[in-house]
Amino acid sequence: MWINMGPQHPMTHGLWNLRVKVDGETIVDAQPEVGYLHRGIEKLCEGKTYPQIIPLADRLCYGSSLTWSHLYCMAVEDLMNVEVPERAEYIRVLTIEMQRIVSHLMWLAAYAGDLGLGVGFVYTMREREVFLDLFQALTGARITYNFPRIGGVAHDLPPNFERDTLRAISYFEGRLKEYEDLFEGSKIFMMRNVGVGILKKEDAINMGVTGPTLRASGVSYDLRKDRPYSVYEEMNFNVVTHKDCDCYARYRVRMDEMWESCQIMKQALKKMPKGKVRIVSPRNAPVGTGLARVEDPRGEGMMYIVGDGTDKPYRVKIRSPIFVTVSAAPKILIGYKVADVVAIMGGLDMCIGETDR
Amino acid sequence: MNLFEFCYGIIHWLVDLINHLWYWLGDVLPWWFGDFFDAVGNFAASQGHMAVMTIFLEVVIVVVIALINVLNFIWIFRKFMGRMFDFYGPYYVGYRIGGWLQNLADGIKLFVKEIIVPAKADKMGYLLAPIIYIGSSILILATIPFSENFGVATNESGSYVPAGALFALAAFAIAPFSILLAGWASNNKYTLIGGMRSAAQMMSYEIPLLMTVASVFLLAGSYGFVDIVDAQHDIWFAFPLFIGFLIFLVCLAAEVEIIPFDLPEAEAELVEGWTTEYGGMRFGLFYFTTTIRSYAGGALATALFLGGWHGPALIPDEIWFLIKAYIVYTIFQWMTWSLPRVRVDQMLGIGWKRLLPLAVINLMIAVALKSMGWF
Repeated sequence: MWINMGPQHPMTHGLWNLRVKVDGETIVDAQPEVGYLHRGIEKLCEGKTYPQIIPLADRLCYGSSLTWSHLYCMAVEDLMNVEVPERAEYIRVLTIEMQRIVSHLMWLAAYAGDLGLGVGFVYTMREREVFLDLFQALTGARITYNFPRIGGVAHDLPPNFERDTLRAISYFEGRLKEYEDLFEGSKIFMMRNVGVGILKKEDAINMGVTGPTLRASGVSYDLRKDRPYSVYEEMNFNVVTHKDCDCYARYRVRMDEMWESCQIMKQALKKMPKGKVRIVSPRNAPVGTGLARVEDPRGEGMMYIVGDGTDKPYRVKIRSPIFVTVSAAPKILIGYKVADVVAIMGGLDMCIGETDR
Repeated sequence: MNLFEFCYGIIHWLVDLINHLWYWLGDVLPWWFGDFFDAVGNFAASQGHMAVMTIFLEVVIVVVIALINVLNFIWIFRKFMGRMFDFYGPYYVGYRIGGWLQNLADGIKLFVKEIIVPAKADKMGYLLAPIIYIGSSILILATIPFSENFGVATNESGSYVPAGALFALAAFAIAPFSILLAGWASNNKYTLIGGMRSAAQMMSYEIPLLMTVASVFLLAGSYGFVDIVDAQHDIWFAFPLFIGFLIFLVCLAAEVEIIPFDLPEAEAELVEGWTTEYGGMRFGLFYFTTTIRSYAGGALATALFLGGWHGPALIPDEIWFLIKAYIVYTIFQWMTWSLPRVRVDQMLGIGWKRLLPLAVINLMIAVALKSMGWF
């Protein structure tokens, strides 16, 4: 019997369809179908000037919008050969890591909700609020920030931002331990996660899966370490990996990544130099190509921009991590129960905005 | 005075009043009606008829009071969930009584909604399932007495339905049938899987549940609620049968489908399980009935394990009973919101591999206690 899980289903977290073929409660086949949320962003970019695309890039992912506008700015800077002031780079790293925590918290909340853990949903959303307030103080927005600019960031940190951020981090680090008690202290949570949704190391590499899902399969691959962009070279942090390859490993990797993000944020605040946060960028891009790759909270995001000498890009190509990850879903799902679909697909941290573009 | 005498008085007064009019009517009508009027009037005044009417009245009183408590339970559910979830819960409708009227507002809202029957549903089963579900659940309420003097009794001395506890558990076990019916009749894959899961779950948890209850029956030496509660005058059965109490609570959680075991309506994977296709007041009935069953579960746990209405004399017996039932329900809610849900195979594994052997051990403990002559 084929069951449609989607396009309107509590499991999907977005607008996509997972068709699973079940034998009783066991899954024997699965077909992901994406494309319901296709907005033609790549094509829309061709009709807009370079600065106009920044808010559009924000809309790529509702979970971590800042990563995508930052990625776009990096690609354009590569195209235009613009040097970003150092303070701006530090502010970018600070905000990206904050965005990573916000994104992982939203994932954790959705994951708890999927597994039926009521308080897990609400408490993680509550801590997400702390960081959203910081974002609001910094950029004036809570979800789509429109903060990075070509050649820097929109403006400098507001007064007391450093103090508030350090407070939020120390508060959040305490809360992280609380989550571990809430989630891992519950035997049922472990029953639902340990040994469920195993994605082997070789399969993960062959399928092109990136991000926390790959690191949970035991591959130490993180663009922040392996191909450092921005000022990640000067940050001291660990690449979190886990060798279990299951849902619990993915959960654990994300929890530890939030911890590492806190450390990076602290270092960024400490090492941040004084100076300009933005330079004036040229209006027209030269003929040529620009490429940028970043470590999105969900995997490796890439943007490739072709400039044709005008103020509008000729072509923008976006590489979405989840579009690749979702194609690995059948490989992971087959053999597990229907109830495991939510744990497995929830553990992949789907974001359909960037998948369908 | 117990409830039977009170209701009997009311019925007696009513029958007298009506018979006055009735006989007067027989007198003014032509003579050949007279015999018929006399016969009906005498039947109405006969002992058997009055006893039956008394029991009807008792059932209505007991069930209505229980249903008012169920409304309280829904309110507690929302308030407690709100506090656990860092919000206030309902407070706007009925501001001065803590948002209590929100239940009624929701009920009115559900009443005025359109009734939609899916085109390909099995209409008969679709319409019958909610009726069986709520009917069998209200049946449980009628058998549970609030105290020695406040329950459905069959004669003046206040002796209750024999084997009342057994009857309550039997009524408790009707629900899987209606759930399976609802799941099948809705003609939807989610509801079908939900219905099947529900049937599997309820049947596998019924057995350990009844085995722990059997240990209580053994210690009390009776199937009736009053005798069971009286047997707990010195010590609650929750202490000697501690394992049994825990098994009972776990099985009850599975029977009333709250979160560690709410697989039949697992929101994340099966949308809303077997209630997916029901809307409007039919969904309202399901929702209300689930709370009725929670209330019945709390009341059963109270009567069978927590000493029923026994408590320090300052508070009336009935209030003691309700306080204990409320506490059991609140613990259920606490469990609900702080645990994830288990998977279907794990659920069956827990039931058959863990709870059933433990229930047997519990029964053996009860046998040992009884044969030592301690109870």
